[in-house]
Amino acid sequence: MAVVFQKTKGLTDKQFHYCPGCTHGIIHRLVAEVLEELGLLDDAIGVAPVGCAVFCYDYFSCDMQEAAHGRAPAVATGIKRVNPKSAVFTYQGDGDLASIGAAEIVHASMRGEKFTTIFVNNAIYGMTGGQMAPTTLVGQKATTAPYGRNEDLAGMPLRVSEMLATIPKAVFVERVSVHDIPNINKAKKAIKKAFEIQMKGLGFTFVEILSTCPTNWGKTPLESLKWLQENMIPYFPLGNFRNVEEVK
Amino acid sequence: MTHEIVMAGFGGQGVMAIGKIIAEAGLKEGKNVSWLPSYGPEMRGGTASCNVIVSADPVGSPIVTGATEAIVLNRPSLDKFEKDVVPGGMLFINSSLIDKKSTRDDIKVYYVPANDIANELGNGKIANMVMLGAYIAATNAVSEDTIMEIVTEMFQGKKASVIPLNKEALAKGAECVK
Amino acid sequence: MAKELWKGNEAIAEAAIKAGCKFFFGYPITPQNEIPEYMAMRMPQIEGAAFVQAESEVAAINMVYGGAGSGARVMTSSSSPGISLKQEGITYIAGAELPCVIVNIVRGGPGLGGIQPAQSDYFQATKGGGHGDYRLLVLAPSSVQEAVDLTQEAFDMADQYRNPVMIMGDGMIGQMMEPVEFTDVPKRNLPEKTWATTGTKGKREHNVINSLFIDPAACEKHNIHLFEKYAEMEKNEVRVEEYNMDGAEIVFVAYGTTARIVKNAIATLGKEGIKAGLIRPITLWPYPSKTVEAAAAKANVKAFLTVEMSMGQMVEDVRLAVNGAKPVHFYGRTGGMVPTPAAIVAEAKKVLGGAK
Repeated sequence: MAVVFQKTKGLTDKQFHYCPGCTHGIIHRLVAEVLEELGLLDDAIGVAPVGCAVFCYDYFSCDMQEAAHGRAPAVATGIKRVNPKSAVFTYQGDGDLASIGAAEIVHASMRGEKFTTIFVNNAIYGMTGGQMAPTTLVGQKATTAPYGRNEDLAGMPLRVSEMLATIPKAVFVERVSVHDIPNINKAKKAIKKAFEIQMKGLGFTFVEILSTCPTNWGKTPLESLKWLQENMIPYFPLGNFRNVEEVK
Repeated sequence: MTHEIVMAGFGGQGVMAIGKIIAEAGLKEGKNVSWLPSYGPEMRGGTASCNVIVSADPVGSPIVTGATEAIVLNRPSLDKFEKDVVPGGMLFINSSLIDKKSTRDDIKVYYVPANDIANELGNGKIANMVMLGAYIAATNAVSEDTIMEIVTEMFQGKKASVIPLNKEALAKGAECVK
Repeated sequence: MAKELWKGNEAIAEAAIKAGCKFFFGYPITPQNEIPEYMAMRMPQIEGAAFVQAESEVAAINMVYGGAGSGARVMTSSSSPGISLKQEGITYIAGAELPCVIVNIVRGGPGLGGIQPAQSDYFQATKGGGHGDYRLLVLAPSSVQEAVDLTQEAFDMADQYRNPVMIMGDGMIGQMMEPVEFTDVPKRNLPEKTWATTGTKGKREHNVINSLFIDPAACEKHNIHLFEKYAEMEKNEVRVEEYNMDGAEIVFVAYGTTARIVKNAIATLGKEGIKAGLIRPITLWPYPSKTVEAAAAKANVKAFLTVEMSMGQMVEDVRLAVNGAKPVHFYGRTGGMVPTPAAIVAEAKKVLGGAK
């Protein structure tokens, strides 16, 4: 019988623990496919965050390290310095990267550490049960923002891609989304580009991926995709913010 | 004989350096030595000091609480360390910069116009070596020859031209205690 | 090789390099700055090595985690407030069973404290420091030479047990210069690091460096495994120096810089006809409890006097070991103040019931 579809070798057979409709699964697959397609799987070393993706060390078939909350870019720095030829990546959520790990991501970018960060932004703390994230939209409800995010008290959501794009050694910065097929395809291209630039040793590479959290948003999977499109994209515009290859 | 030496002065007067030279020379002569600097904000321009121990026996505490000798290059150092010299000990005062006399009558005090001598030699920076020359001549804690070996090792290549000047400074210092 | 004068901090750094440490991650803090400075100078001279000045101590220890997880010999250093910041990473490293060497050049605390020598991080180093049930191997050198020897061996110890090892010095050990001879310490027979993340090369299942055990039974099992390992360390790694113990009526217990000062006090007491001895723990964990216990059982020993640059931390381990057999007294200075031999002598006489 002809094989018409095959799961990427970049993922193990371990069943995902993600909630129904969560887009982490799609993003995992995109990263894994890119690693396989670029022939990087055998040398790749990933770093898992603390957050919903904490168990991704069981899902990616390459070598993995589990980092403390927010510290994945520091851990990846250590890994890449020891294994300069390996494809090294961090996979981090918005609480992990934009809140507790803000210093680590900024300074890894500043040093131009030659790894790739996959930043999954779903505007909420998922694993801990729906608390406000640095990327929670103004007015969006969270368990620690029961009346909606109040910008006078909690400020405005952090646009991480725009911020990192100001850093000279952050040579590739792009924001993508996975709310529909065309955007999923674009997301994969961006991830691929980021790894290609990493392997050329040009500097720090970063892909922000807008993602859904039906459980904590209190929406169905389909409503969530629509909500992402209508609410997140206007504040977090998609597009490339930096590409060293185009700059040249 | 155990020499427990305190040396102190303004940051930049080279007290740390002469302390290291004594320690290096002691080591070269097969003695037990330690060198302990004061550290922290005071080393950035304020009074710097170091403790050096040169002994035939293993060095216990590297901290000098009762100094067999003290070398002071500025007035605050005299005020701070004069009392720490043990009875029968020696105190070396840089009389170019310190107009005060020691109040101790139970120790031997040497007045060395180190900056004046250094200026006469054409390099004010070498006052510390004048003090060292006086110290070595008075104590024999280490020999002058060993000191010169260390100095020669320190200044190699282009810098070797300053070696005779250092030797002269040591000699001039030594004259002050004869 | 002839003896050379080395500053403690620089000697520790060079010893680490001689032990094969190729990666150093640090952040400036007094009084240990000569370690990162020396590493910044040396690492670029070594093929495949790296020095990274991290953005914080928190980041530095997590770089250590990543590097150690990839199988390299990795070190970080700091001083007390910085070591507090590193505690998160240290418990993760202990939990994930990664070998590394952490240097603490202790200064006065709590809080920002001061920058002068202290020993008030004893509890932090030996009783956990971070969260969870874990232990560090803690080595306390009392001379620059010993710091060099222990640092070299620390990397082997770390690799043997897959456990972080802490070199606990103090400002004095870090800042002073003493004669040092770099000798090759005996190399241990070490297992290959088959667990390291270096890429599967398509030849093995993926390696995972991790300290998360979401199933409580699995987490307990992991803890029990760790403690079996710690029991091995307690069996094999206790180091202690016994000094002048024959016929001692008073036994000092002191480590690091303080032990040196106590030796001066012992000499003075000896001249006055008082027999005093010293137990100097070289490993603070595992603690030389048996040595202390054995001394407590001797008829000639009337009392113990623990001397520390703290308000009294190690004294608790002395009391546990003595277990009521003899009185245990404490004398300490703290905040960066250093006890003088004269004060220690006076305290010993007080303990023995007045001058003889």
